Amino acid sequence: MRNNRYIVIVGCGRLGSHLANHLSRAGNLVVVIDRDEPTFNDLSPDFSGFRVHGDATQMAVLREAKVKNADVLIATTHEDNVNLMVAQVARGIFSVPHVLARVFDPKREEVYAQLGIDTICPTSVAAEMFLRAVADGAAEREGTPS
Amino acid sequence: MKVLIVGGGKTLYFLCRNFAARGYQVVIINRNPEECVQLARQLSATVVCGDGSDAGILKEAGAMGADAVLAITPNDQDNLVICQLASLKFGVPRTVALANDPDNAEVFEKLGVSGFSTTRIVGSLIEQRASLEQITNLLPVGEGRVNVTEIVLDDDSPVVGKFLRDIDLPENALVAVVIRDNRPIVPRGANDLLAGDRVVLITLPENHGPVLKAFTGERI
Repeated sequence: MRNNRYIVIVGCGRLGSHLANHLSRAGNLVVVIDRDEPTFNDLSPDFSGFRVHGDATQMAVLREAKVKNADVLIATTHEDNVNLMVAQVARGIFSVPHVLARVFDPKREEVYAQLGIDTICPTSVAAEMFLRAVADGAAEREGTPS
Repeated sequence: MKVLIVGGGKTLYFLCRNFAARGYQVVIINRNPEECVQLARQLSATVVCGDGSDAGILKEAGAMGADAVLAITPNDQDNLVICQLASLKFGVPRTVALANDPDNAEVFEKLGVSGFSTTRIVGSLIEQRASLEQITNLLPVGEGRVNVTEIVLDDDSPVVGKFLRDIDLPENALVAVVIRDNRPIVPRGANDLLAGDRVVLITLPENHGPVLKAFTGERI
């Protein structure tokens, strides 16, 4: 993985700030957008990127974050619809080559897969892991290795 | 005709009343339980309480058989997703999204959803109305990218008595036709303008104001 990319992260919550810290430390140029300024406190002291305070569903804010130059955009806010809209705008209007959106609702994820938007659904991922853990636990107790 | 409207507030209320009066079958989706009770009491419409951008709620509201979906919530992202789900998942033939941020009207169009901005509509209405009684006709063409305006010149107009070539017109503007005594003339530089002439102007929205000013004086 190249580590000198321009990465825009929308939403500076637990996930967004974690990704931002990690990717910045790895040497990427990171810009974080959030409409709540205090969330920027979750960025680590060695975060060397930029902070943009504003609502990412407004074109003006995305322009300020220079999304058109981005190699990667990750939409991590806690609102599915914000993530889906920002992801589509980044791809369709700013032609960002790699766009990822977090979508909690599996039903919504399904529809946007049709539109070619890369999504990660924490609900499905967690469900899958729980189910696997449950199955493994049952297998162990029965003494049959899974 | 079955119309599904997602949102709340007075706009939704009066819109629904209007649609119901025309005999449309109206279904409202609103996420505030108290407003839902109010709406159900006041309107002869089906009210579904929930998140309109949830496929389950859209289904419950009968999106499958709807002729049109109108998303007018205060959140642009919700309006976009509501319309996309309605058309992609439920095959609704016509969906329209309100763009609270005027920039998003264009964004929606690019993403394949038809969008409108009330700010823009009201803004241009005010501009047109406030302009003058002299403006007798205004017709936006090319999806509003071009204005065709007819104005009547009076004695105070700064262009009266001048030749067309001597009038300092902003870029991208054209005097298309001059109608004098009910006789249309397609003017050239050597034509003059007189009080009482009806002038048809072609302008772009960005220079519409300055062009009108050039023809009517400082009264705009």
